[in-house]
Amino acid sequence: MNHAIETLKLNRTFKIKKAKDKPAPSFITALEEVNLTINKGELFGLLGPNGAGKTTLIKILCTLLLPTSGTALVDGVDVVKNPALVRRRINMVSGGEHSGYGILNVRENLWMFSQFYGVPKKIAYERIDTLLKLFGLDEFAKTRIGKLSTGMRQKMNVIRGFVSDPEILFFDEPTLGLDVQIAREVRKYIANWVKNNSQKTVLLTTHYMAEADELCDRIAIIDHGKVIACDSPSNLKKLLRKETIVHIEINLTDENFEHFSQLPGVKKFALEHKHNIGRTELKFILENDSAISQVTQALSSNGSKIISLSKTDPSLEDVFVALVGRSLESEN
Amino acid sequence: MKTDLKTNLKSIWARAYVRIVGANREPSWILSETVLPLLNTAAFVYVYKALRAPEEYIGFVILGGAMTAYWMNVLWSMASQFYWEKEMGNLELYLIAPISRMSILLGMAIGGIFYATLRAVVVFVFGSLIFRVNFFISGVVELFLIFILTMIALYGMGMFFASLFMLWGREAWHTSNLFQEPIYLLGGFFFPVKTLGYTVAMFASAIPISLGLDGMRQLCFKTGKTLGFLDVKIEILLLLGLSIFYIWISHYALLFMENLGKKQGRLTLKWQ
Ligand SMILES: Nc1ncnc2c1ncn2[C@@H]1O[C@H](COP(=O)(O)OP(=O)(O)OP(=O)(O)O)[C@@H](O)[C@H]1O
Ligand SMILES: [Mg+2]
Repeated sequence: MNHAIETLKLNRTFKIKKAKDKPAPSFITALEEVNLTINKGELFGLLGPNGAGKTTLIKILCTLLLPTSGTALVDGVDVVKNPALVRRRINMVSGGEHSGYGILNVRENLWMFSQFYGVPKKIAYERIDTLLKLFGLDEFAKTRIGKLSTGMRQKMNVIRGFVSDPEILFFDEPTLGLDVQIAREVRKYIANWVKNNSQKTVLLTTHYMAEADELCDRIAIIDHGKVIACDSPSNLKKLLRKETIVHIEINLTDENFEHFSQLPGVKKFALEHKHNIGRTELKFILENDSAISQVTQALSSNGSKIISLSKTDPSLEDVFVALVGRSLESEN
Repeated sequence: MKTDLKTNLKSIWARAYVRIVGANREPSWILSETVLPLLNTAAFVYVYKALRAPEEYIGFVILGGAMTAYWMNVLWSMASQFYWEKEMGNLELYLIAPISRMSILLGMAIGGIFYATLRAVVVFVFGSLIFRVNFFISGVVELFLIFILTMIALYGMGMFFASLFMLWGREAWHTSNLFQEPIYLLGGFFFPVKTLGYTVAMFASAIPISLGLDGMRQLCFKTGKTLGFLDVKIEILLLLGLSIFYIWISHYALLFMENLGKKQGRLTLKWQ
């Protein structure tokens, strides 16, 4: 049986236009030697900071972009050699997309997109009406899409992905900018869809740790175009079972505390500025509990006042810090 | 194969639907799309009247004014459509769908033709009535053939332009702008193309509408033949050639541009 998705040494570089004062064009490596195998029936997450290469990978798998080198197979079909066959098996939804036509209402837009997949009219409307109801959009079926709120619009986009009933569905940040309640509904539907259809596969990207943790069977953590870990959330967290995780909050500061990673007992260290609450959070991956006092001492000799200190079980965020040496959110 | 065809036919209709429904939902468009062109055409009629040109010229202008609708549709809607679709985020959804890019364009074209026809009919019917144009149809079948072939070739040319807009936005936009007036001239919308002289008229014939208009005028008016550029039969053959040529070249241009876009990462907006 084919894997849902398989990539082999996948690379993608982008040429950046030559600037006037620079002699040669420069290149950005968006993906580097990416090897991934995703099974049918999996809900797989790509987790990584801005610019990690998540969207690039999705675009290659959706036949919108060619790899610079390497192979990518979707349901066993090569995306470069046979894009037309790949397209029959997939659909894609991106967060914050503005697809559709303002002159049409929600139901008509969804119908239009379903026709590009040849869904018979009756089945299309059945699916659309069921999904609209499920997402609480049935009242707005006849509303022109220009009048929808961001959240409703995004629900419509998600529905669009399901109406063609693809084998493999790609979601690029499906809950981007949605409020908590709507994000939860969307996640729940995606999870159920995969659970109730043993052969259907979802690949989603996110930079929300909790989303990846809650939703995905397996996760690939990707940074600067490289896959640095790939496993189930619980196995990823087990990587840190021996370590001590400590989060410390101090008043917001622009100091970088770089020397803290040199402290004895500190394995990895990252910080995150929380401007909204006026605090800086320091995250430490320590070899053991005894290193905690090292850290607190160093902080007080630095003149920083500790507002809170907590020792926690490892989260995916901590796994990311341990692997990458910086906080995921700090990039935003 | 059969399901492929069905899917493509459904896509054509679905894409056309947007435009057809749109026209009904924004009735104010209809007014600006019909009354203004009618005024524009009338202006040319009065020029000819003032110059005491032969009566046929008035019919020529009205026919030209009506056909302008299709040209505007091809140049401003069809050609640049992919650019707007890209801006809106629809282009990538078309491209990942298991359908021919030509079906999407054809759907847009049919939607647009519906609209343009409305405009053409208003200009033609009202123009003919107001200025009391005398028609003398000398060949219904040929007239029909010329019209259909002109449409196929013209929209084929539109598809070719559309392929350029897949990657170029502003640049292609300027090009369209650049083309509009010269093609008005070369297309002979408001005078017989023969007036341009044989050589220029020959070049102008690469624009399907030049030959189409010339042929239609020959077939619609009593003295049309004397003002015609080439024999109608030859024009029909040439239009057939142009139709095949433009559809053939746009098929390859679309493939080429899509592939180039996939290579350079320019099919989608980078910041999406
Ligand atoms: N079309 C393009 N042309 C040039 N550079 C590009 C293009 N697309 C992406 N890049 C670059 O490639 C890198 C990876 O981008 P990508 O969009 O895949 O990241 P991402 O993980 O999806 O990030 P985000 O979380 O911000 O969506 C970035 O440095 C980006 O600037
Ligand atoms: Mg992205």
